[in-house]
Amino acid sequence: MSPPLVEVSAVSRSYAMRSGMFGRSTAVHAVDGVSLTIAKGETLGLVGESGSGKSTTGRIVLGLEPPDGGEVRFQGKPMAAPGTAAWRAQRARMQMIFQDPLGALDRRLPVATQIREPLDIHGLGTPAEREDRVRELLRAVELTPAHGARYPGALSGGQRQRIVLARALATKPNFLVCDEPVSALDVSIQAQVVNLLADLQAQLSLTLLFISHDLRVVRQISTVVAVMYLGRIVEIGSADDLFARPEHPYTQALVSASPAPGRRSAGRIVLSGDPPNPAARPSGCAFHPRCPRAIARCASEVPALAAVGGNRQVACHLVAGAATRDAA
Amino acid sequence: MPQLVSIAGLSVAFGGVPVLRGVDLALEKGEALGLVGESGSGKSVTWLGALGLLPRHAQVSGSVRLEGREILGASAAELDRVRGGRIAMIFQDPASALNPVLTIRKQLCEALALHRDLQGNGVKAEARRLLDLVGIPDAGRRLEAYPHEFSGGQIQRIMIAMALAGNPDLLIADEPTTALDATIQAQILELLSTVRRELGMAMVLISHDLGVVAENCDRVAVMYAGRIVEQAPSNQLFADPVHPYAQGLIGALPPLDGPRRRLTAIPGTVPDPAHMPDGCAFAPRCTLAAEPCGLAAPSLAPIADDRSVACIRAEASRRALLGVAAE
Ligand SMILES: Nc1ncnc2c1ncn2[C@@H]1O[C@H](COP(=O)(O)OP(=O)(O)OP(=O)(O)O)[C@@H](O)[C@H]1O
Ligand SMILES: Nc1ncnc2c1ncn2[C@@H]1O[C@H](COP(=O)(O)OP(=O)(O)OP(=O)(O)O)[C@@H](O)[C@H]1O
Ligand code: SF4
Ligand code: SF4
Ligand SMILES: [Mg+2]
Ligand SMILES: [Mg+2]
Repeated sequence: MSPPLVEVSAVSRSYAMRSGMFGRSTAVHAVDGVSLTIAKGETLGLVGESGSGKSTTGRIVLGLEPPDGGEVRFQGKPMAAPGTAAWRAQRARMQMIFQDPLGALDRRLPVATQIREPLDIHGLGTPAEREDRVRELLRAVELTPAHGARYPGALSGGQRQRIVLARALATKPNFLVCDEPVSALDVSIQAQVVNLLADLQAQLSLTLLFISHDLRVVRQISTVVAVMYLGRIVEIGSADDLFARPEHPYTQALVSASPAPGRRSAGRIVLSGDPPNPAARPSGCAFHPRCPRAIARCASEVPALAAVGGNRQVACHLVAGAATRDAA
Repeated sequence: MPQLVSIAGLSVAFGGVPVLRGVDLALEKGEALGLVGESGSGKSVTWLGALGLLPRHAQVSGSVRLEGREILGASAAELDRVRGGRIAMIFQDPASALNPVLTIRKQLCEALALHRDLQGNGVKAEARRLLDLVGIPDAGRRLEAYPHEFSGGQIQRIMIAMALAGNPDLLIADEPTTALDATIQAQILELLSTVRRELGMAMVLISHDLGVVAENCDRVAVMYAGRIVEQAPSNQLFADPVHPYAQGLIGALPPLDGPRRRLTAIPGTVPDPAHMPDGCAFAPRCTLAAEPCGLAAPSLAPIADDRSVACIRAEASRRALLGVAAE
């Protein structure tokens, strides 16, 4: 078997957060010992609570931010040091699509200019070839040159996100990190962008790290799904199976809370307790203050991510306990 | 009793290109109305236009009444009182709506000072209460933090706190939970509806998430190409959409269980506002389009007590129904 395109080993990242009137500084463990691999041509979906470290993981995987600990390998090689020629070459092979398309675009430039920008930066092609490539990219995301002449403010949200997608594809990357790429779009356009992304992925053999809070969209596009909670992966497994039979209590709540037309909120697992605070990470299992199934042990002991059969891994004392019992 | 807000024939054009083409919408006190529709259909522009928030080069016409009083074209001073006071809006791009170089406390207090009769420590206490209310943990200390120190979901809670600062009668929430995961989204929507009930506040929820709208709104209006094409009570719209676009929208939702299938995306794109087709704007993408659809734009007509649809086929079947009833 060929090695995975992307290998993330135990990466961690903390931020110092200043707070209070004495400017006391607290460490926020945004990402804490995350390991994952993505095979070539595969899509890994990353879901999880707001503030759980999905975007930070995405930025670390792309080398936009160094991890405090752990390592990221791309095509079997460690990430080159930022700023070097090797780093730039590596970076052209990987691109990111951000959560906020308007923030990702420069309001003062026509969008076609912004699609061309990566070609200018990496010095790819003659000026005429770059213009052709921009037209080709606009067509690939189903927009016209007339759209290209506009400024971001004069496009709708869906049109902007397709511009961002076109720009990300300009350097013909083989790895894309998509951070909430379709969240701001309405369903019919979302369906088109998801289909478009799936088609482009097949045509260009793209490998994706797909970050989204929308379980439906994640299931639609992912081969494997990882669920994060307060900086850690709490469950990982193949997409269909994970949503059909979530094992971790947080994943169960997540699946249950996904809104569906025609269903009122009755019968839903509603989590109580405060939203998680990364600056004050609960002891033991970080989910325990909100977990409907927590036992005494959960407050003191951190559950490790452990295989529970198939390709599923779960970090929960109850689930791991079941596995131990089976083994005994 | 007059409606809280009633919009009639609201039209907006940019440089002579119409993007909003006669929108009629009414909202009762305390009511929750969902607004869904294609990206670019004019959901945001409807409310930006109604509240006088569009750039100067936008041509806006029609009528927008707040408890019977016309506010379209009102003086800047009057609009300032309405916005953030009677009507608050949570914008689609939350990150750009906060000032990155000011602490959350500064920004919340500014909003409070503008719209509430509070001073000194009262302002600060209220700012803290609002942060608490929207579920920012450790509110007292977090007031001193800057926007970049919060995650996307936390920023959205802060936006809601800012919007509630003026005790509004109507909250217009433009994609308020878009970037949030389901359990927090469920909590925020729960928060919005609790606040709404307590304050008797009406809400317009603009969202691409049909599930969110279905669960949180009494009534839903579906927009397409600058018009409302269907309006119905939530449960009826989702169980039995009538307009072909509304049907397509509901069919394009990826399933959460069962076998995976390629999504049935509605083909094509929204027509360019500068080159609107004659007749029904949805005709180029509509699988049910027939010749008469290209002749005249169907108007929004009632098909039942509290439902209306803008589709020739619906009109025809209604006429047939009425014809039968008359005999
Ligand atoms: N530059 C920074 N400085 C300080 N704290 C940060 C910074 N970037 C992120 N954080 C913190 O790290 C944690 C993880 O943030 P991250 O943006 O990765 O979460 P996320 O899972 O992408 O959340 P969301 O779904 O809301 O986008 C949060 O608590 C956030 O406040
Ligand atoms: N300042 C502007 N100048 C020119 N055209 C504009 C401007 N603002 C909006 N438009 C156009 O008006 C139309 C309606 O835009 P609007 O932002 O209301 O769409 P929307 O329904 O909110 O879409 P989305 O779901 O993507 O947010 C779009 O075609 C958009 O390109
Ligand atoms: S380890 Fe305990 S608290 Fe954590 S998810 Fe499992 S049961 Fe809940
Ligand atoms: S009027 Fe015609 S084209 Fe328009 S939605 Fe109805 S059937 Fe389709
Ligand atoms: Mg994020
Ligand atoms: Mg909008």
